[in-house]
Amino acid sequence: MTIEVLNVTKTFGNYRALDNVSLTVADGELVALLGPSGSGKTTLLRLIAGLEEPDPGEGTAIRFDGEDVASRGVGQRQVGFVFQHYALFRHMSVFENVAFGLRVRPRATRPSEAAIREKVSSLLKLVQLDGFAKRYPSQLSGGQRQRIALARALAIEPKVLLLDEPFGALDAKVRQGLREWLRRLHDEIHVTTLLVTHDQEEALEVADRVVVMNHAKIEQVGSPVDLFHHPASEFVMDFLGRVNVFRGRVEDGKAWVRDLPVEVPGLAGQSGATKLYVRPHELEIERRLNGHPAMQSTVQRIQLAGAIVKVGLVGPDGDDIQVDLSQERFATLDLRTGDTVYVSPKKARIFTPDYVI
Amino acid sequence: MTGLPTTHVVRGGRQNRLATKEPLWLKALFIGTTITFLTLFLVLPLASVFAEALKNGVGAYLKSFNNHAAYEAIKLTLITAAISLPLNVVFGLAASWAIAKFDFVGKSFLLTLIDLPFAVSPVISGLIFVLLFGAQGWLGWWLAEPYLSLPWYSFSEGAWEWTRIWQGSPIRIIFAVPGIVLATVFVTFPFVARELIPLMQEQGTDEEQAALSLGANGWQTFWRVTLPNVKWALLYGVVLSNARAMGEFGAVSVVSGHIRGKTNTIPLHVEILYNEYNYVAAFASASLLALLALATLAAKSALEWKLQREATLEPKTVEA
Repeated sequence: MTIEVLNVTKTFGNYRALDNVSLTVADGELVALLGPSGSGKTTLLRLIAGLEEPDPGEGTAIRFDGEDVASRGVGQRQVGFVFQHYALFRHMSVFENVAFGLRVRPRATRPSEAAIREKVSSLLKLVQLDGFAKRYPSQLSGGQRQRIALARALAIEPKVLLLDEPFGALDAKVRQGLREWLRRLHDEIHVTTLLVTHDQEEALEVADRVVVMNHAKIEQVGSPVDLFHHPASEFVMDFLGRVNVFRGRVEDGKAWVRDLPVEVPGLAGQSGATKLYVRPHELEIERRLNGHPAMQSTVQRIQLAGAIVKVGLVGPDGDDIQVDLSQERFATLDLRTGDTVYVSPKKARIFTPDYVI
Repeated sequence: MTGLPTTHVVRGGRQNRLATKEPLWLKALFIGTTITFLTLFLVLPLASVFAEALKNGVGAYLKSFNNHAAYEAIKLTLITAAISLPLNVVFGLAASWAIAKFDFVGKSFLLTLIDLPFAVSPVISGLIFVLLFGAQGWLGWWLAEPYLSLPWYSFSEGAWEWTRIWQGSPIRIIFAVPGIVLATVFVTFPFVARELIPLMQEQGTDEEQAALSLGANGWQTFWRVTLPNVKWALLYGVVLSNARAMGEFGAVSVVSGHIRGKTNTIPLHVEILYNEYNYVAAFASASLLALLALATLAAKSALEWKLQREATLEPKTVEA
């Protein structure tokens, strides 16, 4: 099912949680809403679910398959909503939790007891928790609870699955596992899914498309690759991973950090002070100057644990520079803290010059 | 703690033990004081009630219930509790539901208002109803000769006129059963709400929202999700409320009028018998209230245990 959100604004008292937001989600897509807390991502999700109502306004609409759902309450929208803190019914067994959505149906459309039994056990199998039917939520781990919450949401055969920070309350290891599992599950059942998260890694790893939100607005929508390599704004660049910011200037279409020329395409005809954004893996470290212009820096800390080596440098202006190196490259360079090295960016981005002369 | 040197752990342990170890005489003093106090103020009075009631043997004890006045007092007490408890359950659920699950203007004022019966003296609570429903009270004139009227437009006069559409016989509230019930409801209504509000606030609205998103209507959500989640706390509130409803003296005394065999509840009956120097009968009736108190205590402990067990069951999680 496609979801269209058109010009939606939502205010809570004086606080504007969403400011004229529009978004389209295609049928069967897995879309992540990514942003810092307070960016409006959960509000957008709750509006789609019908747990909140948008402010009335000209041209404001939420459509499922082209049909306006404003008049439908949360119960009539056929959405599967999964809450951050699971919201399992604590006094019901796992079986009853999953069966809830079927049992509360009006008598005419309620499945038979045997059909409910069959449906629940197939869902428990789907979330790999068959054999847990008789347990109570308090007897499950966080990851198991969240999978039950998902099974419960799927029981009503939702047209849309809405997940509100589903793995937010779990520890890193469990989160990683569930993330991969969710992706496989989605490939299997192909329900249009929206996932709210503040974890950029999670969004980039799981989603077909990522919607980056900030300050009640959508900053950028795109595939994970797109967002990571072609961020549209400083915010997106900064939010999707670590980044070094250098103060520099643009002169006649060429970028400079101090006396170091940096290759940045598309600056023709521009001049002025600017900020250059460089990811840690886009910086090169050399032991000595070899003809290329470079910044002289001092190695301050080395973080060896991990697939890459994170090196912290102090630049010529006393600013912090983060560089990621492969283990091999690090071994070749044989760096120690206190060493003097020469750094040069392989690639940099400029969003808007601070001012143009 | 695995990487720490052993000596450190041992030292930490010993410090800990010293910090929590009081000298023996101090322990004895505290425990002794507590036991003396409890004996003097709780155990002895309770024992004396039963001792006094059974002074002339079981026969005399049972005989003191075998008369019209005692029978009517017990009946009235049960009726009062039977009416006020359901009212308090409904009110308590409604109030705590509203306060815990919704945001509205005047919420804290409503919370304060719920505590009002705890804050005012029971005698005042009784007087309020005398002032309202007594013969000279605000509503007394209406009750003395109740009628309903509607503003009616009469064409001939061209003016609004009040036309009486119904008139009933006089209604007695003060010095009658309705007054006793009203006063009892007033003094007992905070009990259920006070038990439910903190629990409902702690539980939040996530489960209700989940139920709604799964297609449940408001009624189903209440019966299948909200109510089962608070059932023990609700029962706890009902037990406390019941104890107070049956034992209330002050407020009921003001509105009852002490008509023997008609408007006496057990506590009022006890007072009358005592003033008539009929000690055995007075204490026999009092022993009923004492038994009720003990039963309440037992039920309360059982429910507390149950509530606590459910509370500790919740955060006990096994990580996957």
